[in-house]
Amino acid sequence: MAVREVLHYPDIRLKQVSVPVSSFDQALREFLCDLEDTMRASPGCVGLAAPQVNYFQRIVIVDVSGKPGIAHNGRMLLVNPEVVSREGEAVGREGCLSVPDYTGNVARAERICVRAQDGNGEWREYRCEGYEARAVLHEIDHLDGLLFLDRLVSKRELFRRKAYRT
Amino acid sequence: MKRWYMLTVVGRDQPGIVAALADALFRAGVNLGEASMVRLGGSFTIMLMVETERDASAIRTILDPAGRSLGLNMHVDLIDAQLHSHVEPNVRVTVYGADRPGIVAQVTAALASRGFNILDLESDVAGTREQPIYVMTIDGHSAESATAIEKLLLPLREKGVEVGAEPLETLVG
Repeated sequence: MAVREVLHYPDIRLKQVSVPVSSFDQALREFLCDLEDTMRASPGCVGLAAPQVNYFQRIVIVDVSGKPGIAHNGRMLLVNPEVVSREGEAVGREGCLSVPDYTGNVARAERICVRAQDGNGEWREYRCEGYEARAVLHEIDHLDGLLFLDRLVSKRELFRRKAYRT
Repeated sequence: MKRWYMLTVVGRDQPGIVAALADALFRAGVNLGEASMVRLGGSFTIMLMVETERDASAIRTILDPAGRSLGLNMHVDLIDAQLHSHVEPNVRVTVYGADRPGIVAQVTAALASRGFNILDLESDVAGTREQPIYVMTIDGHSAESATAIEKLLLPLREKGVEVGAEPLETLVG
């Protein structure tokens, strides 16, 4: 049980690609606890990826269950996650523990299906939509060295997209 | 001691305005902060935070050659920078309709009456010369919910203006 230090951009380690998890051992389970503790230590934080705490393996945690009135899968610990399918597109505001004092608009898929292993190496599939899908995609991006800064869209763009859709 | 100033620039839009000003400021050792730069109608407009040990008149002197050659009007004010303390908007108000006098006054008066703080307002006059339409997006911080703000603006719909308010939720991950 420990809250780990979160890396802040422009730390270039945040731009590196993480490697798949290969051993589902006690060390992994301890790391998963630390990742969750670190996420919970920041009020309002709904997800965290391993590279944000200087651990470059393909692991993310997402938990949007604290937000009222949205669909969610509860706490999701995703090891070696893969996005199997994506549908739709929505623009929403994102910020990041690793990018303090900045938020921006990002386009993400509205509905996704994600396949991932749990802490014991069992494969599971999750269907996510809206806010939860956004959180999962934001965290998986970290595993590929991508920040939301790599995906910003302007507010004018946002209005145009919205006007087209309705 | 270094201090922050707000530089305001307006001029007929043409390529090279930002490059000329940024180059003059850089050569003079002036640091740049946050900025909003946009073409409005045929004009290019700049609001730019700059940091320097010099005073406002020295900044004007630094920019004078570029300003003259590009025909820019410029203004410099000493400010309190307040960097690294962004306020997150939590409500977005969207407004559009046939352009007519008073839309902005009515919408913003209603918002101000509830203490709604406008953080970002963008508006465009679109459509044609004969039938202009007005489109406005306001992001702001409100102590009241988006639903309450929308209800407040509903009477404007009877005047033929489409208005809406939606919550802005910022994901932190």
